[in-house]
Amino acid sequence: MNHQISTVSDAKALAAIQEDLRQTPPGDEASIADAARARRRRRRIQVQAARVAAVIVIVGGWQLFTALKVVDPFFFGQPTGIAHQLVDWVQNGTPYGSLWLQIEVTMKEALGGFVYGTLAGIVLGVLLGQVPFLADVLGPFIKVLNAVPRIVLGSIFVVWLGFGPTSKILLASVLVFFVVFFNAFQGVREVDRNLLANVRVLGASRSQVIRDVVLPSAVVWIIASLHVAFGFAIIGAIVGEFLGSQEGLGLLISYSQNHFLPDGIFTAMLIIAVIALTAEGLISQLEKRLLSWRPGTHVETAGL
Amino acid sequence: MTPISQTPTGAAREAAGALPAPHAATRAAGANEAQERSRIEIVGVTKRFVSPTGTAMTALRDVSFSVEPGQFCAVVGPTGCGKSTTLTMVAGLERPSAGVVRVGGQAVDGIADHMSFMFQSDALLPWKSVLQNVALGPRFRGVPKSEALAKAREWIRVVGLSGFEDHHPHQLSGGMRKRATLAASLISEPSILLMDEPFGALDVQTKAIMSNELLTLWERTRPSVLFITHDLEEAVALADRVVVMTAGPGTVKAVYDIDLPRPRGAVQEIRFEPRFLELHQQIWESLREEVERAYARTGRTTETRGGRQ
Ligand SMILES: Nc1ncnc2c1ncn2[C@@H]1O[C@H](COP(=O)(O)OP(=O)(O)OP(=O)(O)O)[C@@H](O)[C@H]1O
Ligand SMILES: [Mg+2]
Repeated sequence: MNHQISTVSDAKALAAIQEDLRQTPPGDEASIADAARARRRRRRIQVQAARVAAVIVIVGGWQLFTALKVVDPFFFGQPTGIAHQLVDWVQNGTPYGSLWLQIEVTMKEALGGFVYGTLAGIVLGVLLGQVPFLADVLGPFIKVLNAVPRIVLGSIFVVWLGFGPTSKILLASVLVFFVVFFNAFQGVREVDRNLLANVRVLGASRSQVIRDVVLPSAVVWIIASLHVAFGFAIIGAIVGEFLGSQEGLGLLISYSQNHFLPDGIFTAMLIIAVIALTAEGLISQLEKRLLSWRPGTHVETAGL
Repeated sequence: MTPISQTPTGAAREAAGALPAPHAATRAAGANEAQERSRIEIVGVTKRFVSPTGTAMTALRDVSFSVEPGQFCAVVGPTGCGKSTTLTMVAGLERPSAGVVRVGGQAVDGIADHMSFMFQSDALLPWKSVLQNVALGPRFRGVPKSEALAKAREWIRVVGLSGFEDHHPHQLSGGMRKRATLAASLISEPSILLMDEPFGALDVQTKAIMSNELLTLWERTRPSVLFITHDLEEAVALADRVVVMTAGPGTVKAVYDIDLPRPRGAVQEIRFEPRFLELHQQIWESLREEVERAYARTGRTTETRGGRQ
């Protein structure tokens, strides 16, 4: 009995070993590389499949439960309802004009805020990082401003600047500014003293030191902040529109809220998410290009 | 010993010989003036650092020695005795708390433009290619870009890094990075070359190769060299003068003139000559006390470096 079992398992083990041997590629490098590549491809496909499955489960479940009235589509919306809403807005326009106009307005506000806020953040961050006296003097003020709930500033900007895009751009820039500023400042302070001493001995002037050493080494920090900053720019634009405007995706959300149209809110959210993801992709591209000198980001050094 | 000359650096050395010596004419004309410019005098220099808590720490005390124009001067001393600090004061990066550093007869006041400094740790800009890094000095001093790059290519060839112009520092080995740094230091043809343990982190063979190359290049334009090292053999093999410093707060313990003939030839070979051994022994006696004192102070009893086994 025992003996028999052991022979069965021996046979199994032998089969497993033979199977392994068959799958083990011959020892030359090309086939090892091929095997590694195949393994990675297989893994990539598995990950993609799992992602698609997750989407199907979530969206399908949502549709199913709302269709069965387990949850009330009146409050929770419905995937098909969102699709209809999107088609409706594309074909017939929104209550405030064409959908493209709304997207354009919000994009302009967010981008404007992003650009101005980033520039201001970098300039002030580098300045304060370079001039310790200024940093000591202005430090507490900036900390206080940072502690203020800045979203509330949006109300003041609308009062000052009216319902046009300027107030939203300003709100978005303020939100972006603080994120970028703190990173730029920190980045400038972290510059390797050794590199600074080296270029100074090589004869660099103050502006050359900033251009060739301070900025490039702070870029690592600044770029990292841009990912978060664009999110803040969109929040600034949307909230600004919420607080008072004549067009834009934020206004669409506010309209849908007032008319109890959850599908409208979700549709606007979907559009915003697409915009944010696109921006994220672009920022990652920029990052790759600006930081191509860093070890590990080189494609050719990527091991198998 | 022979394998050394068969390495690619043998070719580099020939290249160095083949390189036109642009200074030859100017050197003949303003010889005296140029020479005087490269004299370094350190007179009664004391340096104190004040910590953030306000306590003062003396790093150097009453240091005096000088480097004659065109002389190769090595400084040895236990770790933490203030060797790097001395160099930063000669370069004008720091000011003495007392005493004066004179270069070319004038008190150092800020950064001079005829000095190069090879730092103890890597100081290549990681975001610039080797070519751009080597061209930095001329670029900062306003040489037109194409001219600076052409010159950089030339120096990259001299130090034997041809083919790596477009690599970034992190793609080079430690020895190659040192070569790039050497090219970046020499490209401006400084009349004073400050080197802070330039080859400290290299393996023995690479170090020997680099030392030979340094000597060859130095003999071409003869800048004054202030060369810090932990390695007494290196100091004796390369230098005309060896300054021994005491354990911190550092001060000059003794100055030895090295009368080994020049050109010295291969660094690996000279260390078997009787005169070398004699000098080494003599200086080591003096240095060992200080090294032991420095170690005793840190509570360690590790075997000291620099002695001959
Ligand atoms: N910027 C600084 N602030 C405070 N203390 C310093 C500073 N630079 C150096 N020191 C101190 O001065 C002393 C001498 O330092 P230095 O770097 O000159 O030593 P060193 O002889 O070069 O040592 P090593 O051989 O290890 O490089 C050390 O005790 C160090 O702590
Ligand atoms: Mg040092």
